[in-house]
Amino acid sequence: MMRYLPHTPEETAAMLAAVGVDDLERLFDVIPPECRRTRPMTLPGPMSEWELNRHMDGLAARVTPWSRARVFLGAGSYPHFIPEAVRFVTQRSEFVTAYTPYQPEMSQGTLQAIFEYQTLTARLLGLEVANASMYDGASALAEALLMAVRLTGRRAVAISRAVHPLYRRVAATYLDPAGIERRELDFGPEGTTDPARLADARQIAAVAVQSPNVFGCLEPLAAFAARAHEGGALCVAAFSEPLAFGLFASPGSLGADIACGEGQSLGIPPSFGGPGLGMFAARLAHVRQMPGRLVGETHDLEGRRGFVLTLSTREQHIRREKATSNICTNNSLCALAAAAYLACLGKRGLRELARLNRDKAEYLKRGLAAQGVRPAFPAPTFNEFTAVFPPGFRERYLRLAENGLVAGFPLERWYPELSDHYLLCATEVHERADLDALIAEVRP
Amino acid sequence: MKPVSELSFPEDLRYVESHEWVRLEEGIARIGITDYAQDQLGDVVFVELPEAGKTLARGAAFGSVESVKAVSELYMPLSGRVVEVNAALSSSPELVNQSPYGEGWMIRVEPSAPAELEGLLAAADYRERLKG
Amino acid sequence: MNPVQAAAGLVFEEPLLWERGRPGRMGYSLPRRDVEETPVPEALAAEPPEIPELSEVDLVRHYVRLSQWNVAVDTAMYPLGSCTMKYNPKTNERQAALPGFALAHPLLPEALCQGALELIAALECLLAEITGLDAVSLQPGAGAQGELAGMLIFHAFHRRQGRPRSKILVPDTAHGTNPASAALCGYRAVPVASGGQGILEPEAVARLMDEETAGIMITNPNTLGLFEGHVAEIARIVHAKGGLVYGDGANMNAVLGRVDLGRIGVDVLHLNLHKTFATPHGGGGPGAGPVCVTRRLAPFLPVPRVVHREGRFFWSEDFPLSIGKLQAFWGNFGVLVRAYAYILSMGANHLEEVSRLAVLNANYLRVGLRGDYEPAHDRPCMHECVFSDARQRPHGVTTLDIAKRLMDYGFHPPTVYFPLVVPGALMIEPTETESKEMLDLFLAAMAAIAAEAREQPELLREAPRRCLRRRLDEVQAARKPRLTGSPPAP
Repeated sequence: MMRYLPHTPEETAAMLAAVGVDDLERLFDVIPPECRRTRPMTLPGPMSEWELNRHMDGLAARVTPWSRARVFLGAGSYPHFIPEAVRFVTQRSEFVTAYTPYQPEMSQGTLQAIFEYQTLTARLLGLEVANASMYDGASALAEALLMAVRLTGRRAVAISRAVHPLYRRVAATYLDPAGIERRELDFGPEGTTDPARLADARQIAAVAVQSPNVFGCLEPLAAFAARAHEGGALCVAAFSEPLAFGLFASPGSLGADIACGEGQSLGIPPSFGGPGLGMFAARLAHVRQMPGRLVGETHDLEGRRGFVLTLSTREQHIRREKATSNICTNNSLCALAAAAYLACLGKRGLRELARLNRDKAEYLKRGLAAQGVRPAFPAPTFNEFTAVFPPGFRERYLRLAENGLVAGFPLERWYPELSDHYLLCATEVHERADLDALIAEVRP
Repeated sequence: MKPVSELSFPEDLRYVESHEWVRLEEGIARIGITDYAQDQLGDVVFVELPEAGKTLARGAAFGSVESVKAVSELYMPLSGRVVEVNAALSSSPELVNQSPYGEGWMIRVEPSAPAELEGLLAAADYRERLKG
Repeated sequence: MNPVQAAAGLVFEEPLLWERGRPGRMGYSLPRRDVEETPVPEALAAEPPEIPELSEVDLVRHYVRLSQWNVAVDTAMYPLGSCTMKYNPKTNERQAALPGFALAHPLLPEALCQGALELIAALECLLAEITGLDAVSLQPGAGAQGELAGMLIFHAFHRRQGRPRSKILVPDTAHGTNPASAALCGYRAVPVASGGQGILEPEAVARLMDEETAGIMITNPNTLGLFEGHVAEIARIVHAKGGLVYGDGANMNAVLGRVDLGRIGVDVLHLNLHKTFATPHGGGGPGAGPVCVTRRLAPFLPVPRVVHREGRFFWSEDFPLSIGKLQAFWGNFGVLVRAYAYILSMGANHLEEVSRLAVLNANYLRVGLRGDYEPAHDRPCMHECVFSDARQRPHGVTTLDIAKRLMDYGFHPPTVYFPLVVPGALMIEPTETESKEMLDLFLAAMAAIAAEAREQPELLREAPRRCLRRRLDEVQAARKPRLTGSPPAP
């Protein structure tokens, strides 16, 4: 017997009799011979639960987790401590094993939790409305650009080269087949993008800038928003580290029309890159062109407050090929984790944690500089920054990595012109001793 | 949904098969959707209308009307320039249900090809097509 | 036997997070500050956002109470058609939470993540073996993104052939995502009506297929729960005109170990791991939507791909024809771990048994319901069966009323009003993990509801009565959208 399959032989026999079939295989008579497999599946297993644990433990043991605190990688996925209470509530099986809340009377838990997520996200990003979440930060950016194209009717977008390169590649996958032109804005020696480079705001649907950007630097978002608006374009603000908005001004408060990015930082384990959380917020006036699910407040027959999925005529299951997006998932459980994490921190906790993140990174920045490893760019940063190592550091980097110390991410992989540039991240999980160890290990 | 016999189709209006009506008022055509269309849609929650000044050909989509679970395009019964849209519908889309031929009107159009009026249906003909 | 599964327990009202919070509380233990403060440049500093402040007790109670307002697979039968709400094994949660998986950074040097890369490579092989296709990418973050990947592959393939195409055939029984995904590639969806038997007829496809048409999107078994028996011939018709065949694998649960997609002529297929492979739905996601292709389309798969050389695994970008990237990183790895663990737990024989029992359960319900409800097609089905409210409508009772009344009996309703080709559809998919006695209770509840519809229809129209809330006003929600809570008082 397999423990997930409840049928006893007697029950199967009784059910077959009810259906009027004498053998289980007869249920598949409708499948013509030319569609059938010519040989049975060859798969490992079945493994007992104990065997499975041993097998999986063996695989997992061949991966270095950040819990050893010697991994100084950010670049779109950030190591943060997740309080047990947050982990616990997101593991409640009533949340984990429910489907999309199509039947609101039986799904008020998920619906209220998403409504709360939408509210906290809108507040964090400084905009009026947020959707129930999308796949990840990169696909959220792609969807934001498509939304700007729908809103303006213009078929070109400008994207800063300091937007995470992997986000830009996802945007290309979504935009290119639709024939939407992508124009790139180069970054300057400050490590940021110069708003003066945006000369064609009258022709583009949107300009996309990430802040903090892929080098960790804060971009002049307000100036981009102003220039975009002068030309009738939208300002799309991407992000990969929303914790920064606990300390620095939010994208919405700086004039962004759409804020979109990755919410993994907010209580979601990195899980080798996914699932993450595509956060997406916009102005209320644009809500009908916004992709993704939305939960709204209403009341029941007796006048009691309740929540439902709403404005669903934007979505694929009704508008089909005219839908705002083909998306029909939200990363609901990840959204719940993010809301619980934010509420766990609270306003003061968020500020304190954000400050601590920046202070750790600044400590590392100063410590490295004292060793002659200087920051690559002068622009202010949050919890990650770019440093220039002496030529030939690569060999040392690999040797350190073999020993489980990852001295940042070699930006040369994404920017061939940035040889010896490494993107280093420090958060609250790195204690001073960890930072000191890194500084000592990379001493030229 | 009501049987066609219980729906109202005023005699002084002209109709098209895509369920819009037209009323001529001193050379300007007022346009909305019929009692049948609003009844089929159910509670209207949103009406999307064009900007005044836009010129559209007969049969072109000029907007859309949404209920909770459905969305329908709106089609120009006549070619012409939109001179006014019903701003009240943006905050009170329910007017389309409550008063499809009155306060629930949608746009006013200056016809550019008055001959097109000839092709519109009288109330009895429209009602007949609904039964067919 | 009492079919009423629902009972009234003590359930609590619970305010919104910010109504519960009190300034001055905190649920987080901030790490000890061991580095000095660095002042923030004044021009950059801002007031922090208005996030409510709760203690850990407040937080846990808040979410535990909310969780109790949900019905889930772990509480009740959830026969939502086409969603495959099967039991989600608990051991899979344990595997995904292992520090080596959950706490692995996606940009780790390859030497430090061999175990994760091996898992990805192994799962690709397992899914290729299960589907009969040749190559797999695990990157798409959900079924709809897998579908988009499939359409992008169509698009890239035809462009490579030197002749981009403009149309795509989509059956009238298709999921709404099909036309939406195709539209993202600039394809115009051309509907194909299914025949009188509820399945596609080769002649209908032959009439529409031409050299401007990129191919066809087929869900098999389809959303009526019927096997598309002519699929191989349809594939030949489409291929003869240079088109490709897309398989929507949403309903793969019915045919594990029986159908060879490659042999049928499917060129691209997506799978929903949260359906067939038992990963939890999470209240709407995250899912995972791997895309599987034939050998000739493998060069177009998303990058990077895992390659195996000299005993080690690497990421490779060396696929110049690739459609590119769909996610910043490598896909929803946490979901992949669960699906991998599920397949290893089952092995080939139990996976075949899954399909047998899923189809048996659906047919058992089909036979048990047809006395009271109007079947869309009264013939053997695969994993799901579709009925309508045709016999209840004369009593002034609709599918929606039946669905709401089921809640009072303690069952999650089936999928309603889909597929669109069946007016007032009730689409029921029990899955293999429901036992006979649970199915019998469901049948008894449906029979009782059919009797109520005849004798006391108001019971249905006023349902549900046992849920936390009665029917909610969706019209009000859409007319006057309230999508966020009020801003806090200044």
